[in-house]
Amino acid sequence: MESRVLPTNLLAFIPLFPLVGAAINGLFGAHLQRAFGKKAIGLVGVALPWAAFVFAVLAVAQLWREPEGTTLVHRVYGWIGVGFLSVEVAFALDRLSAMMVLVVTFVGSLIHVYSLGYMAEDKAFWRFFSYLNLFLFAMLVLVLADNVLLMFVGWEGVGLCSYLLIGFWYEDLANARAGAKAFVVNRIGDFGFLVGFFILFWGLGGAFTETGYHIGSGYSLAFRDLPALVATAGDKTLWGLDLFTWVGILFFVGATGKSAQIPLYVWLPDAMAGPTPVSALIHAATMVTAGVFLVARMNFLYAHSPLAMTIVAMVGAATALFAATIGVFQYDIKKVLAYSTVSQLGYMFVGVGVGAFWAGAYHLLTHAFFKAALFLGAGSVILAMHHEQDMRKMGGLGKVMPVTRWTYWLACVAISGFPIASGFFSKDEILWQAFNTNALLVPGWLPWLLGFAAAGLTSFYMWRSYFMTFTGPLAKIEGHGHGRGHGHQDAAPREQPAVITGVLVVLAAGAVLASLIGLPMLWTGHAPWLEHFLAPTFAAAEGLPKTFTGHEAHRLEWLLMLASTAVATIGLGLAWWLYRGRDNPVPAQLAARFPGTHRVVFNKYFVDEAYQRSFVWGFMSTSRLSAWFDQHILDALVNLVAALTRLFAALDGLIDAYVVDGMVNTVGNGVRASGRGLRQLQTGRIPQYLAVVVAGAVMLVVLARFIVDVYT
Amino acid sequence: MAQVGLQHFLVVAALLFALGIVCVVTRRNAVAVLIGIELLLNAAGINVVAFARYGGNLLAGSAFALFIIALAAAEAVVGLALIFAIHRRLRSVDLEQTETLKG
Amino acid sequence: MIETQTTLLTWMTFTPLIGVAAIGLLLMARPLLGLSQRAVDHGARLLALLTTLPSLALSYVMWRDFDGAAGGVQFVHHTPWIRAFNIEYFMGVDGLSVTMVMLTALISSVAVIASMPWGIARDDSHHFSRRQVPGYMALLLLLETGMFGVFCALDFFLFYVLWELVLLPMYFLIGIWGGPRREYAAIKFFLYTLAGSVLMLLGMIALYYASEPTTLVDGTAAAHTFNMLKLAEQANRFELMAPILGLPFTKVVWVGMFIAFAIKVPMFPFHTWLPDAHVEAPTPISVLLAGVLLKMGPYGMLRVNYPILPEATLWAQWGVAIFGAINIVYAAFVCMAQKDLKKLIAYSSVSHMGFVLLGMAAFTPQGISGAVYQMWNHGIISPALFLIAGVIYDRAHHREIEGFGGLSKNLPEYTAITGLAFMASLGLPGLNGFISEALVLVGAFPVFKVITIVSASGVIITAAYYLLTMQRVFLGKLNEKYAALRDLNWRERLTLYPLVALMVVLGFYPMPILDLMNPTLHSLVLPFAQRTGLVTGP
Repeated sequence: MESRVLPTNLLAFIPLFPLVGAAINGLFGAHLQRAFGKKAIGLVGVALPWAAFVFAVLAVAQLWREPEGTTLVHRVYGWIGVGFLSVEVAFALDRLSAMMVLVVTFVGSLIHVYSLGYMAEDKAFWRFFSYLNLFLFAMLVLVLADNVLLMFVGWEGVGLCSYLLIGFWYEDLANARAGAKAFVVNRIGDFGFLVGFFILFWGLGGAFTETGYHIGSGYSLAFRDLPALVATAGDKTLWGLDLFTWVGILFFVGATGKSAQIPLYVWLPDAMAGPTPVSALIHAATMVTAGVFLVARMNFLYAHSPLAMTIVAMVGAATALFAATIGVFQYDIKKVLAYSTVSQLGYMFVGVGVGAFWAGAYHLLTHAFFKAALFLGAGSVILAMHHEQDMRKMGGLGKVMPVTRWTYWLACVAISGFPIASGFFSKDEILWQAFNTNALLVPGWLPWLLGFAAAGLTSFYMWRSYFMTFTGPLAKIEGHGHGRGHGHQDAAPREQPAVITGVLVVLAAGAVLASLIGLPMLWTGHAPWLEHFLAPTFAAAEGLPKTFTGHEAHRLEWLLMLASTAVATIGLGLAWWLYRGRDNPVPAQLAARFPGTHRVVFNKYFVDEAYQRSFVWGFMSTSRLSAWFDQHILDALVNLVAALTRLFAALDGLIDAYVVDGMVNTVGNGVRASGRGLRQLQTGRIPQYLAVVVAGAVMLVVLARFIVDVYT
Repeated sequence: MAQVGLQHFLVVAALLFALGIVCVVTRRNAVAVLIGIELLLNAAGINVVAFARYGGNLLAGSAFALFIIALAAAEAVVGLALIFAIHRRLRSVDLEQTETLKG
Repeated sequence: MIETQTTLLTWMTFTPLIGVAAIGLLLMARPLLGLSQRAVDHGARLLALLTTLPSLALSYVMWRDFDGAAGGVQFVHHTPWIRAFNIEYFMGVDGLSVTMVMLTALISSVAVIASMPWGIARDDSHHFSRRQVPGYMALLLLLETGMFGVFCALDFFLFYVLWELVLLPMYFLIGIWGGPRREYAAIKFFLYTLAGSVLMLLGMIALYYASEPTTLVDGTAAAHTFNMLKLAEQANRFELMAPILGLPFTKVVWVGMFIAFAIKVPMFPFHTWLPDAHVEAPTPISVLLAGVLLKMGPYGMLRVNYPILPEATLWAQWGVAIFGAINIVYAAFVCMAQKDLKKLIAYSSVSHMGFVLLGMAAFTPQGISGAVYQMWNHGIISPALFLIAGVIYDRAHHREIEGFGGLSKNLPEYTAITGLAFMASLGLPGLNGFISEALVLVGAFPVFKVITIVSASGVIITAAYYLLTMQRVFLGKLNEKYAALRDLNWRERLTLYPLVALMVVLGFYPMPILDLMNPTLHSLVLPFAQRTGLVTGP
């Protein structure tokens, strides 16, 4: 596919608008809020993301008019230029980023609107919108970045905003801790990203050899230049593995941090400490998908490395199943959704890991809608319940909150994979592609099996949350006044205002309508529209080997589709049976029957505790040991040197006093003694003196005479 | 009678000098010692004038003699003043009794 | 070559000295004019400000007129000084020193403003800004002259004299105006640095007598030279010198010089003077110590060790890199365990200066530019951090990290500034610290793969200790003991805002600084890169 670069000057505005919003609210927000009230803050905070959306639409429309393979590029200015390393602040829009930028600005703007309602009572309204806008800016930089380093700015920027927003209610130290945990765990991933970036930059430009590094040509970090460099760098290796594998694995390490995959997923459930719109926007719809986006962006690289692909796919599949099992036992509605997000992200990694990049991207898109709808629905419930998140204390809300209920229902249909809403199409495509792939080092049915099992569990726990929340007897609100000073007078839960429900309706509609762009070939007879749309970006995936082709493939695909639907139905049925009312004793009986298993899974496999006892403990011990060494060894050595110097000085002082000075005193004493002897001559008698003078004169005369005699 | 020559003057001066020495060393009275010193100075003065007359620079010799006379006068003044001071303090001009210079 | 001479650098360097003289005159005139103590104090403060700001203005002129693309030494002021030993007065800046001179001017101004007692409670008469003000200001100005001089001097003897000149005021500033253990800290600082200076002095004399005949600037013949540029031209000659005690001449001299500079960096294991000095020093002195004085170490290495003793530099390449990595990781671990905020910042300085060593050792354009840019960035960030520590110390009279909590509720502005400075220090992309650390790591990677990866893991530890500090001091429930603390006052804003603004601006747009130094630095490492077979960049 011919790739073509078209200069534009539109793209920088897309991230600029939210940045301006963040700056206005961040710098002057407190004053604005005091002077003009929350309306002004909300206006700035919401209008600018929508402006970004409008510009995103304009830019995508421009891209649309161009032939396939076109990339719009907006060069803003030279950022860093040192030697071969030349990095521009430049934004690029190809078809993958077009999809992403629309999702991010659209869903993001919707969630901003939702936040108007959700955060209405919060005193730090301005701070929230400033952070949220800043997040949108960082996310858009991540998505639109023209090169790896600029992408890293967005990558860490969203991490920062995530930190700020998780700890938004910082007065509760647990929230602050969750934020810090998210940031530090992400940094571990970022470390992988950085090292991958070094290998990418140096490896593609030159070559690492036995004797050292050799300079080559063509150092570039721009995404559009990389495929060509990759194509010419076939046999380069480093430490026995080929370059793409290294870069692929290390970037994936970064992705596991950002997208909460095993082993770095632990921060995401804790991140639910943030306000619910944050969970929806950052920890479900956009930021956590950045890892998937990164792998999709680097598709040309992964397509070259079966090992890296296998790792991505297997980690994704394992995470999907693992997180789903934990989700089954959660009672906090947001925790259920959090583990569900981890699990769904696993699916996306399966998709991009098996080479079905478009399917991964498609699931990213559908997930953005249905998971945002779920989170925001949960947020609506949480508001109605006066910040109660425990599902055991909910129930029957469907009657009083019809809009929230039905949008939540639709989103559940979508996520659990019934073939009327978008989740089915994206997830099923991923599972089918996983089953059918022959590009991995493991057979394709392995990730499929894990994903398939996870699909059943997903259906079960999502419907469990639905039934526990919306059906059964109507819940009562306990202990109000707790939380953030919401001054509701009435005690009964009730439907939220239109600013909240309206957003839910739009998102739920999106979750259904998104299926239109991904209808499978089996149904329509031609390739899904989105696959076709993204094909220029994912050209590298075309040559990847498949196990089945032709009729056999079609038959199998039908079969798997039916199996998926069946397993989703079983999940739904089980959830209906167990949790429709409050009174089914089976769950408790099961828990009592397998206490060990229940304890382990209920406690999330004790992973956090294990990390705490191993890595964190080791880390803190090293730190204490280093500090101890510094103070008690190194500094003590310095002080020892000082003490030895003082000791030496004291010795030296003694020598000086008794040896050197002694000699001087001896001379002095001698002089004094001889003086004492000589003074006896001074009698004071003048005649004597005169006599001596005369005698001396006579002696001189005699002496002179004598000397004259001798010498003449 | 033989011409009076240099030797005559030198002999006279030597005698005078010897007398001066004896006076200085033996007398206990400070004033006598001072007189002895005058003798010594004048012996030297005779020598200087004699040498100048018999084969030297007459002018230089005369100048030296004049200096010696002036010096002697000054010395006598200072010496007598000292003796007065000593006498006032010790009520004696006996040099054997003045031992305040003892070290 | 006929050098065009200008006295700009001389004026810049010695303007603060005029201030010292003026303060002296003021003190002498005090009995004549019958001035009160208060008036003299205010006069001294005013004079310090009036003689520091012109230097800042001159440094701006220098920046404006400096031709980065041309490289080479500019703004030369060159004249014979002590003919008996062929010592010249030789001032000039190249791409390496121009950034350091600008940094000195900026940080000195910040330090003078931070020394004002504005906003300090009236009853706090024991505060350093109220004690013996004329002496303090005079020493501060003397220090400023010394710092400018070190970065401008191109004659080795002049360099050495000014290097020592810096030491003395610092000793008194810590020892008189410092905290409870000030005497211990001041003596430790002084002796440690002096021990290094002795090595430098010996090395300098050795190089002097090893140099070959040349001419002074006015054409007089000279048997030996202290001119650092000429010494660099004679680098090959030093390889032929007779060994010292059986060890190769250049390596012995190199190691001696290196230790002298490494103490100043400070490099592990010579760093233990730094935390003590910082903890005891008053805030503006910490600012200068971290912002400028530490930079003299790597600057000296790049000015002396690199061009004058290239063979030995090549020989020591791995050692420098390994010590750099140890600095980064080890000091970061030590930071985690600190309880005193200022000590934590001091150790973080040690950690961040490790990047300078690592970048220097790589001999790649990215590495060396990253190293010097890291010097500059650390010179912006760490003063801000010390000012931040000073803000809380002025209010709460202690710095125990564990002793606070929830401060962000009442001090939002302070919290925001602190957060930004912490983020810049932990290398958040978009702020200046990231650019230099990324450049260093990028530049070092092709040369030292494993060392670079180990060093890069420092970013995790750094994030951990900063966020932990943030959490303990600012987040959580407000500690009621500190409910009455006031947010930033104007003096603090005046010092912090420029630094914070620079962090943001230079994170998004670092080229103005990078362009200044790139040509000089790249020509400095080009010979090394050719030797190691790693020629990167045009």
